[in-house]
Amino acid sequence: MATIDLAITPLRALNENLHALSNGTNDTEWDVLNPEGRHAVAVGLDAPVTVHVHGPVGYYCAGMNKQASVIVHGSAGPGTAENMMSGRVVVKGDASQYAGATGRGGLLVIEGNASSRCGISMKGIDILVRGNIGHMSAFMAQSGNLVVLGDAGDALGDSIYEARLFVRGTVKSLGADCIEKEMRPEHHALLADLLEKAGVTDVETRAFRRYGSARKLYNFDIDNADAY
Amino acid sequence: MCGIVGLFLKDKALEADLGALTAGMLATMCERGPDSAGFAVYGAAKDGKAKITLQSPNPDADFDGLAKKVEKAVDSSVKLDVRATHAVLSCKASEADAVRAALGEIVPSVRVMGTGNAIEIYKEVGYPTDVAKRFDLKRMSGTHAIGHTRMATESAVTTLGAHPFSTGPDQCLVHNGSLSNHNNLRRSLIHDGMSFETDNDSEVAAAYLTWRMKQGLDLGQALEKSLEDLDGFFTFVVGTKTGFGVVRDPIACKPAVLAETDDYVAFGSEYRALAGLPGIDNAKVWEPEPATVYFWER
Repeated sequence: MATIDLAITPLRALNENLHALSNGTNDTEWDVLNPEGRHAVAVGLDAPVTVHVHGPVGYYCAGMNKQASVIVHGSAGPGTAENMMSGRVVVKGDASQYAGATGRGGLLVIEGNASSRCGISMKGIDILVRGNIGHMSAFMAQSGNLVVLGDAGDALGDSIYEARLFVRGTVKSLGADCIEKEMRPEHHALLADLLEKAGVTDVETRAFRRYGSARKLYNFDIDNADAY
Repeated sequence: MCGIVGLFLKDKALEADLGALTAGMLATMCERGPDSAGFAVYGAAKDGKAKITLQSPNPDADFDGLAKKVEKAVDSSVKLDVRATHAVLSCKASEADAVRAALGEIVPSVRVMGTGNAIEIYKEVGYPTDVAKRFDLKRMSGTHAIGHTRMATESAVTTLGAHPFSTGPDQCLVHNGSLSNHNNLRRSLIHDGMSFETDNDSEVAAAYLTWRMKQGLDLGQALEKSLEDLDGFFTFVVGTKTGFGVVRDPIACKPAVLAETDDYVAFGSEYRALAGLPGIDNAKVWEPEPATVYFWER
């Protein structure tokens, strides 16, 4: 187990150490102390290692993650796990704006609330939020799954393409071209799998409603102008 | 980009540390706004007294003997505490208008940064930690403070363009964002008797709140109204003699974090600004909701 205290070691040294790791490394467990809201903690990882960050982080924590598990024992600032490719990022507290934005793969779990624009332009990532999400979440989402155990804010799924949105609580409003869709058996199965992967055992899939694209805005059609 | 910090104390025991805590918070926000900085400190208010914060481009010449000249002009005693380019002039509240008029005659190059019973405002061009050091923020005490580090977007990098903006007694506002209807709003506020010293959009927001409070609204109500009348991106932190308010626009792009304990309420553009506060590990920390007014009063 390697321990890096950011009150002593510069952040750049932490990220350099983490970037030097590769498949087969023996240094698979890392503890990061005193992040104190620093930006870009544990970004750009590309090795199957686990990094525990003990405390709140600032912007862009665990961005561009590949393979690694990054667990933040605290809250996270804007852009957490932005453009994640694979692996797993867990935020034990709340996450700020645009968590998981443009993510292409992997799993992001936020145990508290996520604020606005969660999963904006998601492209394959799976995101599970135990609390609520803010307005404009999953805006222009293209693929992947967003699971919300709490409530969703205004304009959920605005201009959405093919991502699937599962919300257990209320949805304040749906964005352009986002509609409620039927929960068929395959969606229950998919959702059950996502809940299991995220370690959620206390809710059932039938408590969720599914939302997705009406597919009217794929190509510009003047008759749909009002929908924008 | 800009960085904002604010600290509103509930625990009297922390009042001696207000300046040091605020300086620490401001220092973390240098990267968000390295061109200018400023802060408002609400300190020792005395009944019947007024404070006028002055700024001069030539402090040695302008402040030398100024108290005596003002005393002679208004035939009453005043006190002048000089801090670098700024000075706080204390006088009887009933004579504040006469003192301001006399200042205009005696030292026309001196600018009034703020007036009131408790507020002192210090702001200058420069790197925020240098600005805080120049005014010895660390040793200031008081009940609440608001600070700003500026990355200029809407108007020139000048002392007057720095935040906080104070457009009414004991009022101040700091802003991160940009307003899109400030020119129209400025024209309408001028029509209603408000005056402006800069082309800065944030000054319009400050004057707007002053104008609303002059109509009898409290700060919380004025902030509610601002959500209807101000267009653009904003996170505002505002202070009055006894109050501390936060509001974000409905889109809420501009970052904001609030923290509350039994001892204080603190605001930061980022969590970094709050990391050094006492008891922060056990504080309630949250991101203020869009289009929602948060307001505390002692």
